[in-house]
Amino acid sequence: MKNYFKSKGFITVLASVISIVVGLLIGFILLIVFNPAYAVGGLGSIVSKGFSSSDKFAKVLYQAAPLIMTGLSVGFAFKTGLFNIGATGQYTVGAFMALVFGIQFQMPWWVCLIAAMIGGAIWGFIPGICKALFNVNEVITSIMFNWLGLFMVNLLLNNMPVMLADHWGASNKDRTAALASANPSAIIPKLGLNELFHSNYMNISIFIAIIIAVVIYIILEKRTFGYELKACGFNKDASIYAGINAKRNIVLSMVISGALAGIGGGIYYLSGTAQYTIVKSLLTMGFNGIPVALLGASSPIGIIFAALFISYIQVGGEALQPEYAKEIIDIIIAVIIYLSAFSLLVKNILGKFIKTDTSNVNAEDKAPASPEPAPVKATEAGSTEEKGGNE
Amino acid sequence: MSDYVIEMLNITKRFPGIVANDNITLQLKKGEVHALLGENGAGKSTLMSVLFGLYQPEEGCIKKNGEVVKINDPNDANALHIGMVHQHFKLVECFSVLDNIILGVEPNKMGFLQKKEARAKVLELSEKYGLKVDPDALIEDISVGMQQRVEILKMLYRENEILIFDEPTAVLTPQEIDELMEIMRGFKAEGKSILFITHKLNEIMAVADRCTVLRKGKYMGTVNVADTTKEELSKMMVGRNVNFKVDKCDCKPGETVFKAEHVTVPSKLHKKNAVNDVSFEVRAGEIVCLAGIEGNGQTEFVQGITGLTKMSSGRIELLGKDITNATIREKSIMGISHIPEDRHKHGLVLDYSLEQNLVLQQYWEPQFQHNGFIKQQAVREYAEKLIDQFDVRSGQGPITIARSMSGGNQQKAIIAREISKDPKLLIAVQPTRGLDVGAIEYIHKQLVKERDEGKAVLLVSLELDEVMNVSDRILVMYEGEIVGEFDPKTVTVQELGLYMAGAKRQDGHDSKKEEA
Repeated sequence: MKNYFKSKGFITVLASVISIVVGLLIGFILLIVFNPAYAVGGLGSIVSKGFSSSDKFAKVLYQAAPLIMTGLSVGFAFKTGLFNIGATGQYTVGAFMALVFGIQFQMPWWVCLIAAMIGGAIWGFIPGICKALFNVNEVITSIMFNWLGLFMVNLLLNNMPVMLADHWGASNKDRTAALASANPSAIIPKLGLNELFHSNYMNISIFIAIIIAVVIYIILEKRTFGYELKACGFNKDASIYAGINAKRNIVLSMVISGALAGIGGGIYYLSGTAQYTIVKSLLTMGFNGIPVALLGASSPIGIIFAALFISYIQVGGEALQPEYAKEIIDIIIAVIIYLSAFSLLVKNILGKFIKTDTSNVNAEDKAPASPEPAPVKATEAGSTEEKGGNE
Repeated sequence: MSDYVIEMLNITKRFPGIVANDNITLQLKKGEVHALLGENGAGKSTLMSVLFGLYQPEEGCIKKNGEVVKINDPNDANALHIGMVHQHFKLVECFSVLDNIILGVEPNKMGFLQKKEARAKVLELSEKYGLKVDPDALIEDISVGMQQRVEILKMLYRENEILIFDEPTAVLTPQEIDELMEIMRGFKAEGKSILFITHKLNEIMAVADRCTVLRKGKYMGTVNVADTTKEELSKMMVGRNVNFKVDKCDCKPGETVFKAEHVTVPSKLHKKNAVNDVSFEVRAGEIVCLAGIEGNGQTEFVQGITGLTKMSSGRIELLGKDITNATIREKSIMGISHIPEDRHKHGLVLDYSLEQNLVLQQYWEPQFQHNGFIKQQAVREYAEKLIDQFDVRSGQGPITIARSMSGGNQQKAIIAREISKDPKLLIAVQPTRGLDVGAIEYIHKQLVKERDEGKAVLLVSLELDEVMNVSDRILVMYEGEIVGEFDPKTVTVQELGLYMAGAKRQDGHDSKKEEA
């Protein structure tokens, strides 16, 4: 038992819990600042709303599914030493592909989902190939591809009248058609779960996301492919020395990362409850993948819980209206999520107090190794420091 | 009031599962060179890290000039004029030499860097102590020897009086070592005190006044170097008599295993070729040593033939098969094992566990995977076998993270991995760099054992002792070309030194150059 408390996994979980609690406390302070009268009720709502009814809980799951996917997208890239900040672009292109196959081509949902995956994969492939062949930093390329993706999708949708809601009898021209009227077969099956939860939000997407997370976990931890990818992430030179094709792995890693985000986009817009609105700002679901991945320590299993948590907080936050303005709620939620992602920092602090059993017999070379100056490694911190709570 | 400039009294430092320093006392006099001797894992670096403020001891105290001081971090150490050259240098790779030297103590006027002053001071110091550096070169582009000079200049720039050298000669050529010894004597004459961590007895005998010996974290005693011998010191350090000579029978070379023809490799630093038209053979059952001063193309040659960099021309053969254009993986499968020069950069994935590192070259073989799934059990068993067989010591066995292992054991792990692959050709680049006599003895034995089993061994070494003791045939490389071939039994160290420095050249190799 004593050993259990000293294990690395326990410290990781404890660190996440502590940072979540700190985040909630600061969120509470903000609630007091903005509207003291409802602060206590507001905190209660954030903490308990998600469980208050089966409909709310269904909504938590409904939003968590795409978050898991974008979280996996970012986390997977992290593990392999890449920072995929382009998840939102891949998510957007994925959503677009799913909708085109659903509305324009009248395909069933699973074809749409595969199309979404391919769309995201292509949007990840280009930054990947640029990195592998020309050593262009993937952060720069994928940021540009976020905007390229967004405006390309908007442009295409504007020129595809069949895609828009007004073609199917609704009045809106600024959004895609509701799948219920355009092509009900493209809606992700609910398998009676909607009856069970008394909620229109409920479908099997959360299970799809969890299954994919488990598959990613298996790839990373059990497969030679994952061994190669992680080796490249930790030490590219050593993996080249070991005969691993590092360039191929960079490309594949970005393709898979993009595909995951693409599926996320597909899942969300094939739910039947969401319509893609033509706007000029990037979709936040993709960016939220970053805190999800950090909070989940890039571990696929951790990411499932992190996405559920963030989705839960968001559903709770929505219930703060009308006592709090929507923008204020966003700030509060952002603060909570932001602080929750500090778990790495908290973990390091905890590590100083709780001595883990991971130190070694030959401590001689540890001294020079630990305070190593690693000025350019900052972006990899999330991936290299963490092994995840599930191991 | 005190004879000693620094005293570390009864220091005890524990890590989970081990006492790294057990009641150790070290007293450094002003103006002396004090050697700290011990095997890998004896606790030398830990003790120095305590002095440098990287670790806090559980027991004991540190005194400077007789007064107790508390050193919480390297800044405190710096304030006490304690400076350290670490075994693994602490330099910012993408900064220039000058930037690295002034890093942390940048001279500035209202936030604007005053590099001119700094440059003048650095050049003056460099002149005064004979520490040749190019202040504008980037760290990533300069040799290890020059990087070390940068580290020394860093200490001098900060006007440190107590200089700690953590295994400084591990990475140097014989000539550079002599120079360093001279520099140390210069420091001593100026009244600076030097703590010299090493496990090379020759150097202690040459330069140190006194020597403190540690073994497995325990204090073995402090002796006057003048009153002792190499044999006594090594016995204190290892606890048994060490054989300095490598026992081996005559070599019986068989068929040609490896053949290099006109190999040319471009340099990454300058426009000239790092390796120029190098041809030779390595036969089964012989150890061929590529000797030379660092930076004469040995590294590039090995990287060229192993595939880490591209050769611009030439061809290489393994057992009669052309492998010039084979990939690294193909070469590995065909039977080339490579113990790389830089064990942290190439040899290990430091964040992987020991077992994951032990299968780094073989994880894809059916032995370790089935349909792409790694057979964790097989990996574990294989790792345990190697750990046992090669005596790789670590905190948690197979699941120890490689980063947390000592340098000697990291190297043992690499050697275990590469030898266990049962190669046809074993390429070992400075395999004993930074290791203690016990480990060196062991690795030399392994190399000779591989040779006796009929493997071809290509050894690249900067250590003349190693070159003379281990090899069956010596090729000297100078400025990217082979300038001489020798039999270690008939050649002297002095003679080799002349070739290594480029002062002499064998006729046969001269004419070859003219042809090309």
